[in-house]
Amino acid sequence: MSITIAEHVRDIPRSGIRDFFEVVQSMSDVISLGIGEPDFATPWHIREAAIYALERGRTGYTSNLGLPRLRRSIADYVQKHFELSYEPLSEVLVSVGVSEAIDLALRALLNPGDEVLYHEPCYVSYAPSIVLSRGIPRAVHTHACDGFALRADALEKAISPRTRILMLNFPTNPTGATMEPAELEKIAALCVRHDLVVMTDEIYSEITYENAKHTSIAGFPGMKERTVFLHGVSKAFAMTGWRIGFACAPAPLIEAMMKIHQYAILCAPIMGQDAAIEALERGEPSVAKMRMEYERRRNFITSSLNEMGLECAKPRGAFYVFPNIAPLGLTSKEFSLRLLREKKVAVVPGTAFGPAGEGHVRCSFATALDQIKIAMARLAEFCTELRA
Amino acid sequence: MDSLIDLLQQNALMPRADMARLLGRTLEDLDSVITKLEADGIILGYQAIINREKWDTDKVHAVIEVKITPERDGGFDRIASRIAKFEEVQSCYLVSGGYDLLIIVEAANLRAAASFIAEKLSTIEAVQATATHFRLKTYKENGAFHTFESAPERLSVSP
Repeated sequence: MSITIAEHVRDIPRSGIRDFFEVVQSMSDVISLGIGEPDFATPWHIREAAIYALERGRTGYTSNLGLPRLRRSIADYVQKHFELSYEPLSEVLVSVGVSEAIDLALRALLNPGDEVLYHEPCYVSYAPSIVLSRGIPRAVHTHACDGFALRADALEKAISPRTRILMLNFPTNPTGATMEPAELEKIAALCVRHDLVVMTDEIYSEITYENAKHTSIAGFPGMKERTVFLHGVSKAFAMTGWRIGFACAPAPLIEAMMKIHQYAILCAPIMGQDAAIEALERGEPSVAKMRMEYERRRNFITSSLNEMGLECAKPRGAFYVFPNIAPLGLTSKEFSLRLLREKKVAVVPGTAFGPAGEGHVRCSFATALDQIKIAMARLAEFCTELRA
Repeated sequence: MDSLIDLLQQNALMPRADMARLLGRTLEDLDSVITKLEADGIILGYQAIINREKWDTDKVHAVIEVKITPERDGGFDRIASRIAKFEEVQSCYLVSGGYDLLIIVEAANLRAAASFIAEKLSTIEAVQATATHFRLKTYKENGAFHTFESAPERLSVSP
């Protein structure tokens, strides 16, 4: 018997990152700038709090929405850092990473054929998650000349009568783009005018540089009631493996998302939830330390790339740079594969983040400085050889 | 400035060119800032952190609690600086609590340590009492671990 896979699943292309990962896995001594997670272990006080919770036997299910204490911590944290007020027991849901929360929100909101706009290059899961929820993904391209920020005029052109949701992710993986509050305000006004729901993935919001203050779209007039604010502890607190994200949204939407979450997942793991309480309540000094380290590496990697002639803006958020490799005459995939084979340095082709990423590669600086230094030296050699 | 001090504390031997690049400063600018920090006495020196389990293993280290009688004019300062001047004393702090000075002593061997405590430290008139704790094993020193935790394992490429 041959098993038939559902068409909407079958038609989702394989992840470009997955292909690349398999090539890297087959090689040894590769220096990877292709890793989308912090290189720090979770700060010790957070790990220790989780161990303590385990010692006390906290190993059971939690409320579907998440531990009430964690939801209160989330509401306090979001109030303090984003100036957004959510009622902890009805407007907050704890998910298995932001990825799950994105899936829940899309499934709760979309009817078949509804269109979802998102800016591209973007995180790999957005378009497939929309398709899995029977929506139609519509990418709005962003450009290097705008620092890969989303322009309100470009967005407006893409809005159709079927558009239901706008997905945002600033600071952006893979470009490190951030939004100026003035442009964000224009986008907010468009969302109100066209009655769009906004899903804003703000997972990198603590990782911003030059003391730039992050602004959430949820804070603009008329936005909170139409925004799903998505965040988690993975990036800021170096807690990727704990799988704790959260969604803050109007209570009826949280209730709808909870229906899906309770049957699909039941609840996020309690160990991660206990650790997240410690992170949100006492983790700020650790975040500041990691941010300082990332900022120094950002300075290092951008100046190295520009010196070797790979044009690259200093990102104002996240831990990625997205240099322009087009003048070297290779596609981003060819560039990445040859760099890997010839110099054993892994970067991710820009096209893994959508067609708009062509001509760029993503280099993560969530990697130890000594590794970045070697990678930059090898990359400079590679560029010189290509130009010869 | 915080970022520069943090870098120097992590690794003062890092090449200045790398340091300048990390901080987004020019080399000349960085050199002049560091020179000023040294001249102002903010940076007092640069030292190596030695793993004593592997080097000079005969040396002994002790933490000594010292209770002293403060003086009417100088308080603790004159006695403290008198104690601090002994070569054996690596660090000397005035602390709150049940005793006054906390000193960290390094001596060539146990006999030398005992002789310093019995003949030098305890005989100072203002010293009322001492309690000596010999170091048995070092787990962490000046932020550096002697027992290392393994580097976190990550996927070689991830989204």
